[in-house]
Amino acid sequence: MKRLLTALMGITLAISTASAWAQLTIEISQGADNPTAIAVVPFAWQGVGVAPEEIASIVDGDLARSGQFVPIARADMLGNPTTEAEVFYRDWRSLSAEYLLIGRVSSEPSVLRIDYELFDVLRQAKVLTGYESGPASDARMLAHRVADAVYEKLTGVPGAFATKLLYISVDRVPGRNDYSRLTMSDSDGARPIVLFDTQEPLLTPTWSPDGKHIAYVSFETGRPAIYRQQIATGQREQLTNFSGLNSSPAWSPDGKTMAMVLSKDGNADIYLMDLATKKLTQLTRHYAIDTEPAWMPDGRSLLFTSDRGGKPQIYRYDLSSGKTDRVTYEGTYNARARVSQDGRSVVMVHQAEGRFHIAVLDLVTNRMQILTSTDLDESPSIAPNGSMVLYATKYKDRSILAAVAVDGEAKFRLPASQGDVREPAWSPYLPR
Amino acid sequence: MKHLTVANKAIALLFSAALLVACSGSDTKEEDEAAAAAAAAAASASAAQAAQAAQAAQGAAVSAEMAALEEAAASAGTVFYFEYDSANLTPEALDALNANIALLQRNNTNVRLEGHTDERGTREYNLALGEGRANSVRDYMVASGISGSRIETISFGEERPIAYGTGEANWSQNRRVELKLQ
Repeated sequence: MKRLLTALMGITLAISTASAWAQLTIEISQGADNPTAIAVVPFAWQGVGVAPEEIASIVDGDLARSGQFVPIARADMLGNPTTEAEVFYRDWRSLSAEYLLIGRVSSEPSVLRIDYELFDVLRQAKVLTGYESGPASDARMLAHRVADAVYEKLTGVPGAFATKLLYISVDRVPGRNDYSRLTMSDSDGARPIVLFDTQEPLLTPTWSPDGKHIAYVSFETGRPAIYRQQIATGQREQLTNFSGLNSSPAWSPDGKTMAMVLSKDGNADIYLMDLATKKLTQLTRHYAIDTEPAWMPDGRSLLFTSDRGGKPQIYRYDLSSGKTDRVTYEGTYNARARVSQDGRSVVMVHQAEGRFHIAVLDLVTNRMQILTSTDLDESPSIAPNGSMVLYATKYKDRSILAAVAVDGEAKFRLPASQGDVREPAWSPYLPR
Repeated sequence: MKHLTVANKAIALLFSAALLVACSGSDTKEEDEAAAAAAAAAASASAAQAAQAAQAAQGAAVSAEMAALEEAAASAGTVFYFEYDSANLTPEALDALNANIALLQRNNTNVRLEGHTDERGTREYNLALGEGRANSVRDYMVASGISGSRIETISFGEERPIAYGTGEANWSQNRRVELKLQ
């Protein structure tokens, strides 16, 4: 247990490439019950000059964050093998390592190649050989892909480390409006890039299913409007300019339609916009609040929040029948649903005994499980492989990002170096 | 109302003066015409004077009344507070709102109603809740005779708190609609 704690503390990573603002760090607060011990040996650098990134520590950090692995501390390693010939299983067995990952990084001009080999220490067998290659500037993403391959080999579930996060970071400026930045980073908080900033509120950043565009709500004109932005070019388009609310954008799984909330016809209702023709279809028509649409992965129905029963609860709107059914009954406040890619788990904000937690509802068993023990938890976003839920919470009087495994076991925090951080949105799997 | 009575008396005096001048007798047509012209001039002069006095009195009366309404509205405040997860106007909010409506019924000022919520609950739901609060205030104002075309509403949800801390003491300050004169 002591070793496990040491290992966990060892992976409080400061993200070296982040700028001074909104730098996220990782603090693992709780691991899974029976994590797999894995030794990730520093990879050999066979290129010219200085290695662009320390690949093994990125892989090590990814696996640790999942909560399902506990890395062996480097200081305890009896050797640093980088080829199969240098592997002595006895050394790793004595450290109780179940798996061993070694690798080599080489470079031709501007192209980086990472070769890696994974060994089962107990069975004394190589179980995976692979490589990743790409531009040297993408070294971190290549390292995350190695972690994805190892994670999938050992858990049977695809990894989601080679993904991105969107979040809003906010600085309070005395005597003026808060300064809001829409930021994109790697899944471990590294390499933050500001995609848009304003002194007016920003809300609900969301991804297109192909991961190439984002949409969000900005008050930059003094009123809320929905904007679509291409990540690569920064090109922006204002999609809506109706009186009242223009908010809660949600891309359909096929990328052709955007669900949104408008109040131009009286109060908050759910609409669909055909993104090619900009034609609107009104889905809900109720004097209560209808908001926070979220598509089911098959694109045939949407979940949304409504207080038509007196308190906010999750409902489902079926597109073919036009019928609405209530989904949640447990708790006085259930809102902002997000659905796992397999369509089975719905994460949401759930109020229990006055406190706001993140909960997950299994649509097959209808069982609701509270995942967090903090208060004022909000904005849950589920990883594309369904393993972790990222959310915003209050910690030491500041708004921070935190994550919890969908089974409730592993937890980690991503506090920022300054300001408040909120509304995380986990990207879909990104094209290579 | 006292000032209005004074103004009414001034108007009454003006009319009786003009009537007296018009009725005074004369011998010749020229004299009549001259007298009439003089009388008319005098009448119009005194009428103008009286009208001016009346207008001044009325103006003073109106501005005094407006000042009283403005004072009442100012002391009632332009921020109306709400209960948690509710867009219903509380009795306190209604009192403050009525004071502002009394003033708005007498001027042509356009207003902007900004709806806000506390930090509890989700951001998008709170955006809709803040709009519901602004709409509650707007609907009550319209029912009280303020033209809807003078009223603009916007919701900031929980994005623009007055008090940043947690707990009811902070939250109660943030659940509000702010009336802003345009």
